[in-house]
Amino acid sequence: MKFVPFLISSAITLIIIFALNTRWGPAPAMGEFLSPQHGFWQNAEPIDKDYGQDLQLPGLKEPAEIYLDDRLVPHVFAGNEQDVYYIQGYLHAKFRLWQMEFQTYAAAGRLSELVGPKALNYDREKRRLGMVYAAEIALAEMEKDPVTKSETDAYTAGVNEYISHLKESELPVEYKLLGYKPEKWNNLKTSLFLKFMSLDLAGYEKDFENTNLRSILGYKVYNKMFPISPDSLEPIVPMDTIPPGIIVKAPKDSDSLYLQNTDTVSVSSTKPDRNNGSNNWAVSGKKTKSGAPILCNDPHLGLNLPSLWFEMQLSCPGFNTYGATFPGAPGVIIGFNDSCAFGFTDGMRDVRDYYEIKFKDESKREYWFNGKWVPSDFRMEHIIQKDAPEFIDTVAYTIFGPVMYDKSFSGSRKTNNKYYSVRWKAHDPSNELEIFNKLNHAKNYADYQDAIKYLHTPGQNVIFASKNGDIAITAQGEFPAKWKRQGDFVMPGTDSSYMWQGMIPQSENPSMLNPERGFVSSANQLPVQPETYGYYLGGDFLLYRGITINRYLSQWNNIGVEDMMKMQLDNYNPLAGMARPVLINNIDPSQLSAEEKKYYDLLDDWDLHNEAESKGATIFKITWDSLKSIVWNDELGKAGIQGYYPEESTLLEGILKDTAYEFLDNINTPERETLKQDVLSAFKKAAATCKMLESEGKITWGKFKHTHIEHLARLDPFSRLDIENGGGEFSLNAEKYDHGPGWRMIVQLTSNTEAYGIYAGGQSGNPGSPYYDNFIDNWAIGKYYNLWMMARNEETDKRVKAIIRLTN
Amino acid sequence: MLKYILSILVTALLAFVAGLYMPWWGIAIAAFLVSAAIPQKPGFSFLSGFLGVFLLWEVLAWWIDNKNNGILSQKIASILPLGGSSLLLIVITSIVGAVVAGFAALAGSYFRRLLFPLTPPETV
Repeated sequence: MKFVPFLISSAITLIIIFALNTRWGPAPAMGEFLSPQHGFWQNAEPIDKDYGQDLQLPGLKEPAEIYLDDRLVPHVFAGNEQDVYYIQGYLHAKFRLWQMEFQTYAAAGRLSELVGPKALNYDREKRRLGMVYAAEIALAEMEKDPVTKSETDAYTAGVNEYISHLKESELPVEYKLLGYKPEKWNNLKTSLFLKFMSLDLAGYEKDFENTNLRSILGYKVYNKMFPISPDSLEPIVPMDTIPPGIIVKAPKDSDSLYLQNTDTVSVSSTKPDRNNGSNNWAVSGKKTKSGAPILCNDPHLGLNLPSLWFEMQLSCPGFNTYGATFPGAPGVIIGFNDSCAFGFTDGMRDVRDYYEIKFKDESKREYWFNGKWVPSDFRMEHIIQKDAPEFIDTVAYTIFGPVMYDKSFSGSRKTNNKYYSVRWKAHDPSNELEIFNKLNHAKNYADYQDAIKYLHTPGQNVIFASKNGDIAITAQGEFPAKWKRQGDFVMPGTDSSYMWQGMIPQSENPSMLNPERGFVSSANQLPVQPETYGYYLGGDFLLYRGITINRYLSQWNNIGVEDMMKMQLDNYNPLAGMARPVLINNIDPSQLSAEEKKYYDLLDDWDLHNEAESKGATIFKITWDSLKSIVWNDELGKAGIQGYYPEESTLLEGILKDTAYEFLDNINTPERETLKQDVLSAFKKAAATCKMLESEGKITWGKFKHTHIEHLARLDPFSRLDIENGGGEFSLNAEKYDHGPGWRMIVQLTSNTEAYGIYAGGQSGNPGSPYYDNFIDNWAIGKYYNLWMMARNEETDKRVKAIIRLTN
Repeated sequence: MLKYILSILVTALLAFVAGLYMPWWGIAIAAFLVSAAIPQKPGFSFLSGFLGVFLLWEVLAWWIDNKNNGILSQKIASILPLGGSSLLLIVITSIVGAVVAGFAALAGSYFRRLLFPLTPPETV
């Protein structure tokens, strides 16, 4: 009987170990997670950690050095270019492995593998849009080209070199929390990441919402609510009419079958959101204090931790470039080299359209096209789910593209019994990595022109300035040549008549080199005056930031770097500048209570700047939004649309021109509402909201807007949710709720390049590192760092904090 | 008493070495081996295993946390959720390791009794 106590105590020990070695629900396996030698404690980096080390990386061709500066920016000095990308891959993995892998899981529709069935709808949407299909096509292009093939191969090898020597205790803390391990990287993952950016930048559409608005309200009303271009317009390229290279014709029946069609579709009750935007401009030396061109760029993408951006200098003999990189892809994305600087804003064109498909039966094996039944292709999407069986999605492909929505899947939209194929430009073969490679090497305007021709999707306004004095911008991309209103609504897919008829020749993309006015700029507005261009531009263009940029740049001369900073940080609200007088003039203060009058005075006295402490900015925003809902909700409600409004300029221009603007009337009441009535009731509603906000201490703009930077896995303690700053949607400083100028860059192209920049994050992706979010406070108050293009002989500079010496 | 203190220290040391080369449950093996090797009453074996790893993990976690200024422990203590308290997280960490080691040491001590039933009576 002596072994009984032994057995019992052994069993207890094993049971405890088993329990602590198992994940219970979302919690990590606690034994390993809490072990100071294995778990999360190992991710708690000493704040004075010495990053210096000697490393042997067998994939290198030649020895190399990495100098980490005081902000943890790596300055890579390699012997050849392949080594540069190998080291870049290694460093991206070293500092951002979890993020770069997570983003590609999201792109490939594989989140269910990590979090189970709650991500299934998200994953199916990505699969059915053809994200993996698109990434595979792009990968083939990437690997066809020897330059990008060797670049991506080297990058992938570098990432894998890091992963293969990663000890379990060194796994990023998110892997430990979520309980999985990194896979080997491959070139497809880089391609998936680039498609993820295409989805973010060239995936926005609201064809279903528009279709219902047209069908229910009629094309005439729709056209007034969503006019093709606003009256006030400051296009990127003020261009003379050019005869189009290809002539597109609307199908003969498009008026009756398309524009006047009254078929409705099912739309979601969730609102489509458009949050991305960006500014860029370049000023010629004629207008600057130094006589050298200055280039500025601030992309307004989603704000997350770890940040989308990672700052680096990449160099080897004959090659030297600095800027913001994407963990997941080789090269510098927005930056400069010793000859020039380059940047991007989103082109906002509509390159994603839907076609209604007629299948013979529910098997989807054949569809009706050009008068006969045509066989479909199928792609099986295997979605592995954590804690649930694998889900197989069979996606039919027609000549247009994948059948994204059908009876089995409606995404955030509601199911009906129709079939919709999506035609998305990002499915077409192209090799976007090449543009970054060529821009990183560019020496002059001709090199820029050669580089940008590789950019097909997402379409971008590519800006350029060089030390020899050139400034240029091109609304670049490969865009479908469309007839007026083509693709704004769901199109018939039973024959070829509604298909895209060709691509706009790249030579006809609006472009400008050294204009007389001394600057080029873009802020997501229309690239040209629509009437002067041979093709329908479609898309969703933004108006106000572009007007502000051009106003400043045309007025100013003798411009210095500090003026450029002032511009990027400018909180002036141009919409309010134009709209406040209409609001104020249409409110009779005698009809206001004392409380309401207080807010009226605050609005009236406001300096039109969205500063963090401003109350007027909050009152304006709430009043304007309230007016928008009063004016539009009756029409939108009739069409079953929520939260998707006509452009601000449509309402503003409507009420500026005509106090009896037709949409002021509420179609649900017998009386005819006037501007005064609508504005007064909007203001009274807004005042009630303001009173509530004030009692909660949230009336100041910074507290009301409440910019937050969320961790990619939505872990609040790893996020920064507490940022009080100015700016907003219409200001150049477009700091919104969760989108904003995540990377700000200013480059003055004097013989010694003078560059400044900052992004909303930190170089380390490790929440346990002081470098995780150390830029954020400075970013929020509008500070910049010197971007140091280090020279090889500056090794002893005091900014160098650590040296990683690499041998092969 | 000396044996007791020795057991605690040797457990801590062996558990640390195990942590370098083995998965986290190496602490159980360390505690088991120590109490199988050093004869003690089962109760004292449990305590020395418990305290050995408690001390080890407490010191390690505290040391790491101190060098990190508590940046990560505060965040993890909000996720777990422990109200963001680093101190509580360090204590819980140590107790988890200690309980495992304590029972393993207990098993080790009974194991010794199975192997050497005639050894001199265990003293503290």
